[in-house]
Amino acid sequence: MSKPIVATASLAGCFGCHMSILDIDERILPLIDLVEFNKSPIDDIKEFTKTCDIGIIEGGCCNSENVHVLKEFRKHCKILISLGECAIMGGLPALRNGIPIGECLKEAYLEGPTVKNNVHKILPNDSELPMLLDRVYPCHEIVKIDYFLPGCPPRADLIWDALVALITGKEMKLPYEVIKFD
Amino acid sequence: MSEKIAFTIDGVTCKGEKGQFLVDAARDNGIYIPTLCNIPGVNPKSCCRICTVYVNGLPMTACSLQVFDGMEIINDTPALIEQRKIILEALFVEGNHYCPFCEKSGNCMLQALAYRFGMLAPRFPYTFPVREVDASHPKIIKDQNRCILCKRCIKAIKDEKGRSIFAYHRRGNKLRVHIDPKLALALTDELAQKAMDVCPVGSILVREKGYRVPIGQRTYDKMPIGSDIEVKK
Ligand code: SF4
Ligand code: SF4
Ligand code: FES
Repeated sequence: MSKPIVATASLAGCFGCHMSILDIDERILPLIDLVEFNKSPIDDIKEFTKTCDIGIIEGGCCNSENVHVLKEFRKHCKILISLGECAIMGGLPALRNGIPIGECLKEAYLEGPTVKNNVHKILPNDSELPMLLDRVYPCHEIVKIDYFLPGCPPRADLIWDALVALITGKEMKLPYEVIKFD
Repeated sequence: MSEKIAFTIDGVTCKGEKGQFLVDAARDNGIYIPTLCNIPGVNPKSCCRICTVYVNGLPMTACSLQVFDGMEIINDTPALIEQRKIILEALFVEGNHYCPFCEKSGNCMLQALAYRFGMLAPRFPYTFPVREVDASHPKIIKDQNRCILCKRCIKAIKDEKGRSIFAYHRRGNKLRVHIDPKLALALTDELAQKAMDVCPVGSILVREKGYRVPIGQRTYDKMPIGSDIEVKK
């Protein structure tokens, strides 16, 4: 049997969940034996080159690019996992959800206390830039998500156990301490 | 001497005393019935419904029901666990619960119940309501984003004249629990801490007291909520 193929992406996240994947320490070696990585910031493969078995998503959706990537993942991955609080509930980026988008942009680019050089009072509007969404969306409100691994970041042991269980088809025996929302 | 009573919970024979509330009687028998709005020793208001059990076939709130002889209680079934999860999930999406930076995280009953009943992501869409944080009082901060309107603070926190420091304000989805600004001025350190402790979530915070206990040593870091009751079994 060929190895299961894993892809990962960081959307509106801080990359902390990916750091937590790497936090499995020396188990990274058996992981390389167990799976093959496809599109992922870990190996810098930018486009899907094959259908993947497991897609791991960090971060929610705050702009059109995030939505596009997430939908690509749903298309190319048999199983999709929301990894961490940002993917599951929007996380810290969702703090802007109660603030009108115009106000956010004004604060960030025009009136914020650290704004010094925007002499022409420009709000970023290049067509190359992804459009901000009206608010930050949890991934499962955009596409179907199969599994949720909570935490900020999720504990490395949780990620490891969940991946091994998925790959080997064994039941997860998760100790109480590893499922946390913080 | 009070009258002894016998009843069963999930088929296990239990003993209690007449007039005892079911959650308390169950606790004495080493059985955990989850509660959220209830405070032991304070008159129950039954507003969260998390303690719902089946009593002789009928759903009832165990925090407000007094035990009677021969009652047959169903507490731990997949259907009841699912109902409890639904309540918890509804509470999570109804407010703004950012556990990663919440000062109550690890000591929060809502979060602990979600851990115990295996909530990973709520089935309902997040509402992201716009709520205010009232930081105008000298000792405590009231964060409405996390208030689950359980009334615990209203029932338990009174000044020396018996006046409530917290009160309901407005109705429906505008309902908030507010602090009386004058009484808040006179709040002692002890009462402020008691208010924070009585709040099951992180809606009442004492200033400059957050994050004192490191992760790993907080109330619900190692053991699920209710396990202290179950060890008595
Ligand atoms: S009050 Fe509890 S559930 Fe809400 S954010 Fe804080 S820790 Fe999480
Ligand atoms: S402030 Fe806390 S104790 Fe008071 S009603 Fe809200 S959640 Fe309950
Ligand atoms: S604890 Fe019984 S209704 Fe809330």
